[in-house]
Amino acid sequence: MASDEDSDEDFVSYGTPLEPLEEDEPIRKPVPVHEQTVKDEKGRYKRFHGAFTGGFSAGYFNTVGTQEGWTPSTFVSSRQQKAERPSARPEDFMDEEDFSEHGIAPREIVTTADFASERKDQLKDKARAVSSLAALIPGDTGLLEELIAPARSSIGVELLRKMGWKDGQGVGPRVKRKHRKQNTDAIKVYGCVMPPNGSEESEEEDDEFAPENVTFAPKDVVPVDFTPKVDSHGLGYRGLNPLQALGGGSESGHINLFTLQSDRASSLFGDRNSGQKRRGGIGGQAFGVGAMENEDVDIYHKDSMSNYDTVLGGEEPGDGLYGWTAPQQYNRKKNDSKRDVMYSGRILDGFALASQGTEIKTVYPPPDLPRDYRPVHYFRPVVDLSTVSPIVAQALQASRGHLSQDAPQKGRHSLDSSQRRDMLGETPLQGPSSVFELIGSKDRERLNEIRGVGKEQNKSVLNLSSAEDRAVVVASAKAAALQAMSSRFQSTTSPAETQASSETQMALNAWSGPTADVGKTFKPFAKNPQKQARYDLYINKLKKGDKDALELSLDTSMTEWERGRERDEFVRSALLYKPSNSSLSSRFTRSKHEDDTDSVEVTRDQENDVDDKQAAVKMKMFGKLTRDTFEWHPDKLLCKRFNVPDPYPGSSSVGMPKIKRDKYSVFNFLTITDGSQVSREASSPSSSSTTLPHLTPEVKKKSRWDEAERVSEHKDPLGAFLSETRSEVSVAKQMEAGAKNQTDSSQASASPEVKVTQSDGKETEPKTEEEEKEEDEEEVRPPMDLFKAIFASSSDEKSSSSSEEDSEEEEVAPSTSEPIQISAETLNPPVSTPSKPSAETSTAQNTQSSSRSAPDKPQDLDEEEFGPRLPPPGFIPPAHSPQLKKQKKKDKEKHKAKKHKKEKKKKKNKKHKHKGKQKKRVDESNSSSDDTDSNSEDENRVVSTSELLQRLKNIRNKR
Amino acid sequence: MAFPQPRPQVTQLPQHLLRTVECQQGAVRAVRFNADGNYVLTCGSDKSLKLWSVSRGTLLKTYTGHGYEVLDVDSSYDNSQLCSCSSDKTVILWDVASGQVTRKLRGHAGKVNCVQFNEEATVILSGSIDGTVRCWDTRSRRYEPIQILDEARDGISSLKVSEHELLIGSVDGRVRLYDLRMGQIHVDFIGSPITCVCFSRDGQCTLSSSLDSTVRLLDKSTGEMLGEYSGHVNKGYKLDCCLSEKDTHVLSCSEDGHVYFWDLVEGSLSLKLPVGKAVVQSLDFHQTEPRLLTAMEGQVQVWGAEPEDAAVEDG
Repeated sequence: MASDEDSDEDFVSYGTPLEPLEEDEPIRKPVPVHEQTVKDEKGRYKRFHGAFTGGFSAGYFNTVGTQEGWTPSTFVSSRQQKAERPSARPEDFMDEEDFSEHGIAPREIVTTADFASERKDQLKDKARAVSSLAALIPGDTGLLEELIAPARSSIGVELLRKMGWKDGQGVGPRVKRKHRKQNTDAIKVYGCVMPPNGSEESEEEDDEFAPENVTFAPKDVVPVDFTPKVDSHGLGYRGLNPLQALGGGSESGHINLFTLQSDRASSLFGDRNSGQKRRGGIGGQAFGVGAMENEDVDIYHKDSMSNYDTVLGGEEPGDGLYGWTAPQQYNRKKNDSKRDVMYSGRILDGFALASQGTEIKTVYPPPDLPRDYRPVHYFRPVVDLSTVSPIVAQALQASRGHLSQDAPQKGRHSLDSSQRRDMLGETPLQGPSSVFELIGSKDRERLNEIRGVGKEQNKSVLNLSSAEDRAVVVASAKAAALQAMSSRFQSTTSPAETQASSETQMALNAWSGPTADVGKTFKPFAKNPQKQARYDLYINKLKKGDKDALELSLDTSMTEWERGRERDEFVRSALLYKPSNSSLSSRFTRSKHEDDTDSVEVTRDQENDVDDKQAAVKMKMFGKLTRDTFEWHPDKLLCKRFNVPDPYPGSSSVGMPKIKRDKYSVFNFLTITDGSQVSREASSPSSSSTTLPHLTPEVKKKSRWDEAERVSEHKDPLGAFLSETRSEVSVAKQMEAGAKNQTDSSQASASPEVKVTQSDGKETEPKTEEEEKEEDEEEVRPPMDLFKAIFASSSDEKSSSSSEEDSEEEEVAPSTSEPIQISAETLNPPVSTPSKPSAETSTAQNTQSSSRSAPDKPQDLDEEEFGPRLPPPGFIPPAHSPQLKKQKKKDKEKHKAKKHKKEKKKKKNKKHKHKGKQKKRVDESNSSSDDTDSNSEDENRVVSTSELLQRLKNIRNKR
Repeated sequence: MAFPQPRPQVTQLPQHLLRTVECQQGAVRAVRFNADGNYVLTCGSDKSLKLWSVSRGTLLKTYTGHGYEVLDVDSSYDNSQLCSCSSDKTVILWDVASGQVTRKLRGHAGKVNCVQFNEEATVILSGSIDGTVRCWDTRSRRYEPIQILDEARDGISSLKVSEHELLIGSVDGRVRLYDLRMGQIHVDFIGSPITCVCFSRDGQCTLSSSLDSTVRLLDKSTGEMLGEYSGHVNKGYKLDCCLSEKDTHVLSCSEDGHVYFWDLVEGSLSLKLPVGKAVVQSLDFHQTEPRLLTAMEGQVQVWGAEPEDAAVEDG
């Protein structure tokens, strides 16, 4: 229908053509003109408003005439408000279509003439070049055109021109020109020769007879035109040049497609120096030799290898191919003839050669080494006679022979820092000079005691030669060490009531030592000057060692309660900011932001007294007594996710509502430390050994789990003890560190383990309180198996198991300090399970028991974790075992079961190796005894030494 | 009355062992039904999580990605996702079908003991030994929890979620009930470390087992004790407890290798189901049917009210 000729008149051919109709499509009724709509490119209807009232579009988005369209503003002007003459630009009355490509005011981004490149049209240039070739005087038209070309140049150029400057003329002050002769021979230029370029020629001619005292204008420059790369060829490629291909260059026989720009330029302009005859017309091999040509040598082109470069980079034509990074040889070769200035390539414009070369660095030879010089430094061991046992010292003396002579004349390395400081005359550092000053005075005394004991024993050791005697000494030393430790604990494990007094004592100890001045100490009560003054007074008195500093410094006018409170606060803060911190602070700078926010966020609602609850639980009165209800703010998002309206829509806080409290109020800390807990612990029967001062936070954080166990029947006193000891470790560590030094010197270790190992048969354990208590509860036998397993007997199975254990447990078990761990080990309850029908048949009974006891140690550490445990992966419960130590046994068995499998494998391997060794001396009788332990005794014995070593190593590593 | 009152059916206890599954994944730390109760999820100490069919007892899928033993698992209401927690301090959200890790949530400072989806699986709640419960958003891409509930003073051992309430049992001996709708916490002091908590099916009571070998049924709204069940052994391990499908019985694992059934109202021991010799560590009761799962060492037992063949006919 649409294609019908007749109906064409009905249609206006505007816009996109209609789609071709398909055959069986229902016939569409043509839309008459008045119903046709015109849409713009955005799909909006175009309405024709009349030629002079807006055309197709009028108003903002063609809204003229509609309700949204603009209405012409009425002109209003009054005296007060004069009508401003609106400055309207024509664009204000234009639509966006008008700015489009076909609109009345097209706007597109075009480079202005100022920035457009000089060369407008590449095609035109090419045409010009071709035409110049065809012209009678080749290149004529191009040159002429170029000369006539309208100048689009910058203002500077135009100014210069007005001053008489011509393009290409050199710019700048006059210079004295040196004689320079270009080696033009190397430049071969093919192609048609153009009329000589005036400026170059003149220059060259000038050069010939340059007088010495005449200056010249700067050299004229052929303007370099930078041709933008518009084609898609490779860099430097320029296609087949018709100038070359047709105009000449037949000599070369080889059209060089890759030449440099400079060459190209010269080939365009021709080269005066080429010295070639100008060839006209068409020449070349394809056309034979013309009548005018005298070149008949080379009629039939033979491509020879001489046309090609055989060496990479060799024999380069002319200058400048390499630029200024030219290889040196290349330069030197050229320079030899001219001057010995090291320059490379052509000197770039704007650069000048250096008048004097860079100075050559003089390299001095290394000094001659003395003949007896050894390149490795040997540190001579500095032995302090006082710390080493006399026997060792004697041995050293004997071996070196000059130990005593060395001692008086100390070398540079034997001086310590203070001696060096004295020698250099430096001022001594602030703060305590040794660790001992940081330790409390009591501890120091104790350490000294231990030291004294050790020294005594040193002396006695001198006389002792036999091993027995030494063992006795060791034992006594150990006892002393134990005593020292226990005395330390006793001094601090005073009941809660004496805690306050002990704290004041601690504060006294802390402050009475050599300390920093008061001005540098922290002022915790800066907000309250009077209080701070009292506190300062207190601190000052403390420094003087005043025993009742606290009482004196308090305000007597205050009430008893206030005074008590302040007393507590002072002691606390004195402990908190004790001078050990200030000694450190002399080495650190203060932080920018002091923590003067003396308030802490504390949850507003505190739980009621736990004691009441416990009582209620005991009476089974659950309900109000045991229930606390607190306000709690869930996160908004959490409410959203749970599809629950926010209970506190206005509040921004999350969690339990917090309030700010005075940071330095004692009551903060009092509320946090659960007083009832302490008292409960004290009252509980098992705590006699565990009442430590609750100084370390770990103690506070101790798991309820341990506590519950203790309270309930003391099922697992060991576990409880372990967790206690763990918390003690931090306290004991420093003490121990000090003690170790001392005890080491006397070779008496504080750990009971050493002693036990030496007195193998004797069963004299150090009986601590816990152990005695345990013995009351259940039959306790010291786990001699363990020590036997380690030292007396051995089997490869054990050792491998222990190493396994180590690797297994390393990640789980936190490393606690050694002596305590070992003591815990010795306290290990016995393994009283009846021996299982195990997979192993003929291992000795003691190895079996030892294998059971060996994994004990890491197991115990495992149990230190908080919360209910997880059952072992698999176990068979003991047939008739006391309920108490159940899980421990389970664990053991589990491990055992595991181990047996693995060990068997190992055994096999070992056996094979062993056999290989034995084969030479033993017959093949053991071939039958391939599999298991029937002949294991022999191997056991053989392996044992190495295994024993490994085991010892393991133990040492753990330490 | 035209019709006589239907005779109350005698509740049947799942006392017949239908099936024992060797899980081959070390100790089974937790065994759980999925949301519809047709499948079983087991958490192994060999870092794997396994999905089993209850009716056939066959292994359907193994989910690996945890770095240490898996401690708890929960499935979303539509069974499309799983969340599991592990000793490696992470919570992992799994895609059930592909077995891929959808998200690995880190943030807990210690091993994570328990994990639960909320009703619409938009939030994962995980309770850890570090004493916090973290609420993870599964909808957003944030890797930080929405909220951290750090009110507990010791490790979290167990955690359950109802529509708008969180029931959290902690080793500090308290059961905390977070009511989101009211914006309150109800702290019930039990005294002994809590090993497991759960809601009753009617949502009126809470059940909590603690290390003093007692299971207590508390009224949710007042905190009063409605029942106390003892006789089993629970002194050292984290054992589960639960209620039967119609709240008629209280069940608890025991360290002596049995599962104890108490009558909820009377508090009398109605059944002592012998499972094995080791500790019954975990158990789970079917939502609607009398079907019980127990986990002991490396095995999982499925218990039904009727012997095997009858159950098979049912299935």
